[in-house]
Amino acid sequence: MTSSKYLPLITTIAVFVLAYLICIAQFPSMWSTRVIGNLLTDNAFLGITAVGMTFVILSGGIDLSVGSVIAFTGVFLAVLLQNTSIHPLFAFVLALMITTAFGAFMGAVIHYLEMPAFIVTLAGMFLARGVSFLLSTQSVPINHPFYATLQHLYFKMPGGGRLTLIGITMLVVFLVGSIVAQRTRFGANVYALGGNIQSAELMGVPVGRTTIGIYAVSGFLAGLSGIVFSLYTSAGYSLSASGVELDAIAAVVIGGTLLSGGSGFIAGTLIGIFIQGLIQTYIVFDGTLSSWWTKIVIGLLLFGFIALQRGILWMSEHGSVSFRKKAAA
Amino acid sequence: MKRFLSALRRLLPQLAALGIILLLNAMISPGFFHVEMQNGRLYGSLIDVINRGAPVALLAIGMTLVIATKGIDLSVGAVMAITGAVAASLITQGYPLVATLGGTLAVGLFCGLWNGALVALLDIQPIIATLILMVAGRGIAQLITEGIILTFNDKPDLIFVGSGAFLGLPMPFIIWFVMAILMVTIVRRTALGLLIEAIGVNRRASTLSGVGSRSLLFAVYATSGLCAAIAGIIAAADIKGADANNAGLWLELDAILAVVIGGNSLLGGRFSIAGSLIGAMIMQSVNTGILLSGFPPEFNLIIKAVIILIILVVQSPTSQSLWTFLRRDRHPTAKQERAVR
Repeated sequence: MTSSKYLPLITTIAVFVLAYLICIAQFPSMWSTRVIGNLLTDNAFLGITAVGMTFVILSGGIDLSVGSVIAFTGVFLAVLLQNTSIHPLFAFVLALMITTAFGAFMGAVIHYLEMPAFIVTLAGMFLARGVSFLLSTQSVPINHPFYATLQHLYFKMPGGGRLTLIGITMLVVFLVGSIVAQRTRFGANVYALGGNIQSAELMGVPVGRTTIGIYAVSGFLAGLSGIVFSLYTSAGYSLSASGVELDAIAAVVIGGTLLSGGSGFIAGTLIGIFIQGLIQTYIVFDGTLSSWWTKIVIGLLLFGFIALQRGILWMSEHGSVSFRKKAAA
Repeated sequence: MKRFLSALRRLLPQLAALGIILLLNAMISPGFFHVEMQNGRLYGSLIDVINRGAPVALLAIGMTLVIATKGIDLSVGAVMAITGAVAASLITQGYPLVATLGGTLAVGLFCGLWNGALVALLDIQPIIATLILMVAGRGIAQLITEGIILTFNDKPDLIFVGSGAFLGLPMPFIIWFVMAILMVTIVRRTALGLLIEAIGVNRRASTLSGVGSRSLLFAVYATSGLCAAIAGIIAAADIKGADANNAGLWLELDAILAVVIGGNSLLGGRFSIAGSLIGAMIMQSVNTGILLSGFPPEFNLIIKAVIILIILVVQSPTSQSLWTFLRRDRHPTAKQERAVR
């Protein structure tokens, strides 16, 4: 049983390693810390929000609002820094407070009004996108010296690759997320909710508090991701980051988390992000392929992993049935 | 007649919401209800609502059936992009209109059958099964159009589907209305609708009691794909071209909202296609109203979100039980009064 719990994660890692080996065989220059550094930097915002999405999906929910919240955070920061003289760090704190409260509010609506997460976060998606339209419909540049300082913070890895601040932020978020999911009571409650909400309630899991906490975490991480995105692009634009929620969900599923909730690992999501990034890097290296192949390949990967999960489930059920038969005999 | 009245009573909240929004629109722009005949076709804001709402209305018809089986179809927007691309590519290659339409509908049907196979045969959760096509669909559409916007300005017969008029009414409206009548007749004049509801309430129990759940699920997702294909043709014919990136973008969400606003539960079971269509018209009236009001379009999404929230809160189980609680509270006092008398 333990092996079937880890099998999706192991498969994801195997697919990533295999894909990377194929890439290196074709383009030997992809084996460099530069490529790895860029992989981390380019996917940092997606990775951070995907951690929040993993928590939500582990609990059996879904959060469609993250892309809009990222765009909102970017526009909010840009407008705030353009029109006032407050320090960016203070603006970051403000943005995180707003997005966390927004997430908590959606969680409260989902819990207390007993409405499906899908519809509530869909309304949240419209709301966040609409508010960022209100703030500005144009792309607002950010030219704060503090931004320049943050953007030039990096470790030089051997081989010339740069491990940037936002890349490190993503890795730290993944580390903290893993610890919270595996080693804290909140994490255990999240898994319990995803397993079976009624049993969780009967076991004494505080369903309301946990639900609100989960969506607050997702809102917080979407806000953090928005900050990272604004550092990455040096601008805030209300139309940016549309469809990021889909990429995040895809990364979570490719990372081996069951969309029905209750089973999966934060670390798997990191590999899911890497696989998506690798496909994009490969298309860039190839130069002749069009970018829409990314979507098709991700679709195929999604299908492959979902079929694999079904296969594992079927085998484990089948196995336990034959085991029971033997025991009866 | 009795059945019609009871159906009307069930749809009362939705009809009231539609009425209120239409009245608000009329307050914002006084000429809202004005409809006039020009060059043999009707013009006016009301006609605009039923015309522009066609893609969402069509998607909502298929989506209602899917949601009634406790499923969801996220791929319809992407299927619209694929079928729009197929239609444009076939017609520009010189195929006649009938072959183009037939081929496009077949592609939509195939997309629906793919979703149906994942849900019915592989037992994958509908939200994930249809996510696959949602993610990959636009890529496939790009592949068909080879990354450009395929235009067909010189094909009046296909353009007629999107902007022509018949008996004074716009073609898109006629198409969705006929489709709606057809689907309602199919599911309500036979036992099919009841069986679909049975699957939504408890798929295992209905399978065990002899309902052909698998083939019905196939049929339901295929219908959704077909509706998306028709919507895709209309959307492409309307702009005289196939835009793989933007055709049907986020329309799956609009369609799901139309179904939910129409009073259907996302948990499956009892459904009403008429309710979903009223939901679609509510959404389109809101859009048209915002346009007419001269509000900056930036407000569009916020107003939409607030209206959705209000309608959802009114429909939520918690406020429903609060409502019954309040009503129950009133009855004993009424009885007491009677007893006193």
